[in-house]
Amino acid sequence: MSQSPEQQAARRAYWRANVRLIILLLSVWAIVSYGCGILFVEQLNQFQIGHLPLGFWFAQQGSIYVFVILIFIYAWQMDRLDHRYGVDE
Amino acid sequence: MSGLALLAEAVGETRAFTFAFVTLTFLLYLYIGWRSRVRESGGFYVAGRGVPAIANGAATAADWMSAASFLSMAGLISFMGYDGSIYLLGWTGGYVLLALLLAPYLRKFGQYTVPDFVGQRYYCETARVVAAICAIFISLTYVAGQMRGVGIVFGRFLEVPVWQGVVIGMVIVAFFAVLGGMKGITWTQVVQYSVLIVAFMIPAVALSNLLTGNPVPQWSFAASDITQKLNALQVDLGFTEYTRPFAGKTKLDILCITFALMVGTAGLPHVIVRFYTTPTVRAARWSAFWALLFIALLYTTAPALASFARYNLLDTIHNRQLAELEQLQWVQSWRATGLLDYADKNGDGRIQIAPGDAFLNDAAGKPDFARPNPASSNEVYTDRDIMVLATPEVAGLAPWVIALVATGGLAAALSTAAGLLLVISSSIAHDLYIHFVDPDAPEARRVAIGRAMICVAIVAAGYFGINPPGFVAQVVAFAFGLAAASFFPVILLGIFDKRTNRAGAVSGMIIGLLFTAIYIAGNKSDKIFGTDGPLMSPWCFGISAEGIGAIGCLLNFVVTIVVSRLTAPPPAEVQELVESVRVPRSEGRPEHGGATL
Repeated sequence: MSQSPEQQAARRAYWRANVRLIILLLSVWAIVSYGCGILFVEQLNQFQIGHLPLGFWFAQQGSIYVFVILIFIYAWQMDRLDHRYGVDE
Repeated sequence: MSGLALLAEAVGETRAFTFAFVTLTFLLYLYIGWRSRVRESGGFYVAGRGVPAIANGAATAADWMSAASFLSMAGLISFMGYDGSIYLLGWTGGYVLLALLLAPYLRKFGQYTVPDFVGQRYYCETARVVAAICAIFISLTYVAGQMRGVGIVFGRFLEVPVWQGVVIGMVIVAFFAVLGGMKGITWTQVVQYSVLIVAFMIPAVALSNLLTGNPVPQWSFAASDITQKLNALQVDLGFTEYTRPFAGKTKLDILCITFALMVGTAGLPHVIVRFYTTPTVRAARWSAFWALLFIALLYTTAPALASFARYNLLDTIHNRQLAELEQLQWVQSWRATGLLDYADKNGDGRIQIAPGDAFLNDAAGKPDFARPNPASSNEVYTDRDIMVLATPEVAGLAPWVIALVATGGLAAALSTAAGLLLVISSSIAHDLYIHFVDPDAPEARRVAIGRAMICVAIVAAGYFGINPPGFVAQVVAFAFGLAAASFFPVILLGIFDKRTNRAGAVSGMIIGLLFTAIYIAGNKSDKIFGTDGPLMSPWCFGISAEGIGAIGCLLNFVVTIVVSRLTAPPPAEVQELVESVRVPRSEGRPEHGGATL
C-alpha cells in the first residue's frame, strides 16, 4: 500500500469528519433515550404532549422516531462525505 | 373456492382460514427457497452480496422481530406500563449503534462471519474460537424459543400437538435454508416481514379506530384520552398509574437494562451478519435505516396497542355481572383456551380485578383454575399473550383476521429461526471446521458442509423446542448480556482504536464474559440449576440479571483499553487492516480532487 502524504492526510480528515458526525448523532441518541426517556422522565412528565405525559411519550414513542431520523441523517451525510473525499464506491 | 367454503363450514371458520393462509404462505416460502437455491459459498453464507438496501432492511426486520416481539411484547408492556419501555428503547436504540459504529465497517471488512473479523483483527485463533462458540451458544438458546413458539402457534390454531407443530416448522425452515442458504433465507424473510407487519397492523388499527375513532395508533395514543382514563382506572383498582415511571424497577436498573439490550442487539451475530449481504458499504448504512424504519412501524404501534388493550380489558371485565360476561363472545372463546379465566370469589355476582394472582399455581408454575387464590381479591387471570391474540375479536373483526395473526406469528418465528440457524451453521462449518480442519476444501464441499450443519442445527433446535430446558426464558437475558459483554466492545474497539491488541481484546472478552455469566447464573440459579433460592443477591448496586450486561460491557471496555496500552501495539498489517475498513473504497480517486483536501 503506497500512499502519498496527501492521500494519508485526506484519509485522516475523512475519518475525523466521520467520528465528529458519529459523536454528534450519538449525543442526541443518548439525550433523547437515556435523558428524556429515563433520567429526567419525572420532570418531563409535568408537561403533556396531547394527553400523554411528555417523558412517558419520549420513552415509548419519541425516542424511536428520533432513532430512525438519526440513522437517516448519518447515511445521508456519509454519502456526501464519501463523495467529497472521493472514496465512494 | 367452493371447496374452501365447505371446509369452513365443516371445521369452523377460523381453523379453515388459518389452514388456508398458512398453506398459502408456506408454499410461497418454499417457492422462493427453490428459486434462490445456490451453489457457491458466497451465495450460501452472504447471499452473494447482492441484496439491495431496502430488501436487506426488510429481511433484517423479520430476522430481528421474533415471535416474542410479535406476540408477547405488547402484552408485556401492557402489564408493565412505563417500565415496559426498556424493550421499546433497548430493541430499537441498538440499531443506531449498529448503523453508526459497526455495520459499514464490517461490510467493508468482507468475509462471512463475526468470528472472521475477531480472528483476523486480533491475529488470534483462540479469539476466533471463543467468538464462534459465543455465536453458537447465543443463537442456539435463542432458536430453541423460536421453535417452541412455532409449535405453540400451530398447536393452538391447527389443533395438533406442540411437537407436531415443531416438526412442521423444522421441515419448512430446512427446505429454504438448506437449499438457498443466506440467499433463500433473505428473500423469504422479505416476504415474511410483509406478512407479519400486515398481520400486526390490521387488528391494531381496528382497535384504535374502535376505541378512539382514529385509525392511526401512534397518533391516537397521544391524541386520545385513553391512557389518561387507564391511569385513573388503574389507581381505582389499586394498581399504580400506567404511565408512572419506576413502579416495578429502580431508575438505575431501567438504565442498565436498556443499555444492555441496546448494546446486546448491536452485538447479536444473526443481526450483524445481515449487513454482510449488501453490495456496498453505502448500502449497508442505508439498509440499517430501512431496517429500523420497518422495525419502528411495529415498535411504535405496540405501546399504543398495549395501552388500548389494557384499558379495554379492565373496562370490559371489571365489575361486570357474571351473567353479562357469559354473553361476551371473545371472553368465552379465550376462556376455552385457558389464556383467560375468572372466578367469583366473593360471591357478589360480579367480577373484580385487583392486584395479585387470581389463582394458585400448579407444580409447573401455570395457574390452576380449580384453585382460586384466597390471598388476593383479584378474580381474573389473563395470559399476557392474549393482548395481541384477542385484539381482532375484541375489535369485532372478521374471523379471518385471527387466522392472519396466526400466520404473522408463524412468519415472525420462522424468519428469526432461519437467521439464527444460518449463524449456527456458518460458525460450525466456516469458522471451526473449514478454517481449522479442511482449509483447502473446494467450493462444492464448503457448501455441502454448510448445508449439513444447517440440518444438524435444525435437529438440535427442534429437540430443544420439543423438550424445552426449564430455563429457556432466563437464557434470553444470557444471550443479550453475553453479546453485550463480549462482541460489542471487541468489534467497536477493533474499528475505532488501532492501538487495541490481542492481549487487550482477549482479556477484555474473558473478564466481561465471566463477570456477566457468573452474575446471571448466580442471580437466576433457582431457575437455571434448580437451587432452593438464588445463590447470589444482586450485589452490584441492585442491578438485575437482565441489566448486568451493561456493567459487563463497560468492564470489557476498560480492561481491553488498559491492557492494550500496557502491551505492545498490534503488528503493522493489522493496523493497515483497520485503516482499510474505515474507508468505503480503498484507493482514493484523485480526479475528484478529494485526495488533496
